[in-house]
Amino acid sequence: MGDTIVNQTLEQAYRAAATPIVIVGHVDHGKSTLIGRLLYDTDSLQDGKLAQIVESSRKRGLAVEWSFLLDSLQIERDQGVTVDSTRIPFRLGSREFVIVDAPGHRQFLRNMITGAADAEAAVLVVDAKEGAQEQTRRHALLLRLIGIRHVIVLLNKADMLGFDEAQIAQAESDVRQLLGRLEITVEAVVPASARDGDNIASRSERSAWYKGPTLVEALSNVQPPAPRLALPFRMPVQDVYRFDGVRYVAGRIERGTVRQGDKLAIGVQGQVATVAEVCRWHAPEHPVAGAGESIALRLEPDLVPDRGDLLFPAGQSENAPIKSARLRTRLFWLRGEPLRVGESFTLRLATAEHDVTVASIDAVVDLDDLSMGPGDIVQPDGFAEVTLAASHALLFDAFTPGLGDGRGVLVDRFQRIVGGAPLIGEAELDEGVLAIHPTGSRVSAEAQQRARGHRNGVFWLTGLPGSGKSTVARAAELALTEQGVQATVLDGDTLRAGLCSDLGFSPEDRRENIRRAAHVAKILAESGQVVVVALVSPLREDREQARRIIGEGFHEVFVDTPLETCETRDPKGLYAAARSGKIAEFTGVSAPYEAPLEPELRLAADLSEEEASGSLTGYVLRAVQP
Amino acid sequence: MDDLDQLEAQSIFVLREAHRKLKPLSLLWSLGKDSNVMVWLARKAFMGRVPFPVMHVDTGKKFPEMYAFREEYAKKWDLDLILGDCPPVEEIDPSLPPAARSAARKTAGLAKLIDERKLRGVIAGIRRDEQATRAKERVFSPRGAGHRWDVRNQPPEFWDQYATPYEDGMHIRVHPLLSWREIDIWRYIERENIPLVDLYFAKDGKRYRSLGDQDITSPVESNASTVAEVIAELENSKTSERAGRAMDHESEDAFERLRVAGYL
Repeated sequence: MGDTIVNQTLEQAYRAAATPIVIVGHVDHGKSTLIGRLLYDTDSLQDGKLAQIVESSRKRGLAVEWSFLLDSLQIERDQGVTVDSTRIPFRLGSREFVIVDAPGHRQFLRNMITGAADAEAAVLVVDAKEGAQEQTRRHALLLRLIGIRHVIVLLNKADMLGFDEAQIAQAESDVRQLLGRLEITVEAVVPASARDGDNIASRSERSAWYKGPTLVEALSNVQPPAPRLALPFRMPVQDVYRFDGVRYVAGRIERGTVRQGDKLAIGVQGQVATVAEVCRWHAPEHPVAGAGESIALRLEPDLVPDRGDLLFPAGQSENAPIKSARLRTRLFWLRGEPLRVGESFTLRLATAEHDVTVASIDAVVDLDDLSMGPGDIVQPDGFAEVTLAASHALLFDAFTPGLGDGRGVLVDRFQRIVGGAPLIGEAELDEGVLAIHPTGSRVSAEAQQRARGHRNGVFWLTGLPGSGKSTVARAAELALTEQGVQATVLDGDTLRAGLCSDLGFSPEDRRENIRRAAHVAKILAESGQVVVVALVSPLREDREQARRIIGEGFHEVFVDTPLETCETRDPKGLYAAARSGKIAEFTGVSAPYEAPLEPELRLAADLSEEEASGSLTGYVLRAVQP
Repeated sequence: MDDLDQLEAQSIFVLREAHRKLKPLSLLWSLGKDSNVMVWLARKAFMGRVPFPVMHVDTGKKFPEMYAFREEYAKKWDLDLILGDCPPVEEIDPSLPPAARSAARKTAGLAKLIDERKLRGVIAGIRRDEQATRAKERVFSPRGAGHRWDVRNQPPEFWDQYATPYEDGMHIRVHPLLSWREIDIWRYIERENIPLVDLYFAKDGKRYRSLGDQDITSPVESNASTVAEVIAELENSKTSERAGRAMDHESEDAFERLRVAGYL
């Protein structure tokens, strides 16, 4: 064997570990039946099992029900559904497989992931007549996210189409198109009948036109994973023991090899130590260990790493893991409630645990067409791409299918796994954005609405100085409050008296004034309130900025009082002061006012004060009624 | 690495996770082949020592050979051995079929030990291939108040990440042998030369394939009198391992009911 543990001839002489195969697909497309059939056709059933199935089927007045082989729990037999995943060993020639039966019901997604996450290949069962259904798409997407590389499609129940070549070709083309969009390579599409055994273990006479492999042939073609030995060394520290005065750094090697004398860097700090000994108990002494082995290392100097510290080759920057406090990740979300920006979790990466906050939800998958679009929340059992922010830099390798790297999970404060997070890589920090970690409200929009009896909203009144914005806003505030609506007014002078007292009237300061007002309005609205903002906000661009900050629920209201009327009213004597040159850059006199082009509501000049506030109040009520 | 190396490495990983995450922790030693392999794996994980107590829940109805084996290897392997007793069968749910009722004594004895020692983690040597409900298990399997197993609401578990939810009265069952099959156990026993109770080897054409209490376990027909012969026999057998366990055959759901209530 010499110095290297990579020895193909010797490896081939060993028994290979069983290849896990996951069977997925929409409910009632025939997963359990397929597995039962596979076990029967390959002579993998234990004595008495067949008789037991026949008896169970007879008791329930059914013909032989292959799915009973797997649906072994009482509830499953009685309700006819698979509750959880099951593993069944099975052999094809000299090759061992483990079948993972994954339930199709939507609420059992987490059980499916539990079964499927380490599978080497997947059989996606699709009813040839029904074609891809919701769970077909969901499972296909999941196969991609968890990195399963080999996918075989079984077009089941092809007998229902009489094995008609044209109809099956159409079904095949639809499924291929779906999987193509997910960048999943399809190894084979097999038209079959699991119940009757067509094209499962033996070629069907009913589909003479089909030249591809049977399911069993397709499974035999699945290659075992490539060894991880040739990659740069990685060992996450699992624990550190001290026995009889010797310190052992314990862990499992994820990739590469380590040998006595190697120099290793330890964690983010990057301290360097030499491997003094590769330690095992009751095993031949060997100075080298490779990927997959659970070993212990004695280090020189005798440093004390922490659990979670990644060990990697020292002094080889090209072989170092990524170091960042912000990470982009794909996400499958397993909690019963939606995920929101600002929520905090523990990110478990191998043995490391990091506190992280969801800094942004960058894209959410639409399961109807598998498109990625913006979104504020990730629904239960949903898929998304998000950015996580940690308080300290952490070390990781991006997720690669077939390897253990970058496979994070999110854990809540009750130590429950709520999401799977295959990491994409480092997240660039937007310019000027500090690594801040906002917390999100735990009160859902629905709960707020229930508690307050109405929706939130921001009603942004713009118009010339003296146009009557504040007067109308205050009148509407009173009317709304009397009707049980929680309303708040933010007007220019109030803001400038405190929050914005450091600002003048230059275009830059006005823009900043509007930016601050918009953020305050957003915070108040997110707490469930109705916010009426009364600000001259003369420039369209600045009002658009406010709309962007506030997002959904922003309403622009134009208080359309002409300049002459405002100047005649001049309640604060400002126009007079401006005309006499005492105030520079006064909107309408010495600075521009850009009227809204398409306001959500326009309060016309000929309205009385009472009519204007009545119009605004009515508009707000319609907008926030549940 | 061959398949046994992979199973061994994975079990060591699980044992080290349990030791780090669940305190106080204890390992169930039934004196059978699986739990001997498990003790052996624990010694591998912790460089020759088992750093947590090893518990034997004693029904008082084991074979004499098993008691002798326990005395010998508790000493030889330097185990911190804890013995637990079981309530009499009269105190057990009378609606259970007879053999299951007898087996449920062990559940009650185990529950008492867990409560007394306020254990957060209990390592148990069950395997998926033994029995259909065991196939549904998690590696870290939370047990709620009253030690009940909520089959329908098990936590997600993937990529070697194990949930450790905790409320008062809860504990986690840890299953380092879940992925092993009966034949793997025997091949590993052969490779590592792990000692076993003699009852596993044939005398007068019979041997025990699985060891429970004397009154509810029967021997199977066999001429396999060495580990190698047992392996050869299993490679050609299609009889279920627990064929000699009476309670598995009493009713369709007897075993499931036992397991939900905390049985192994």
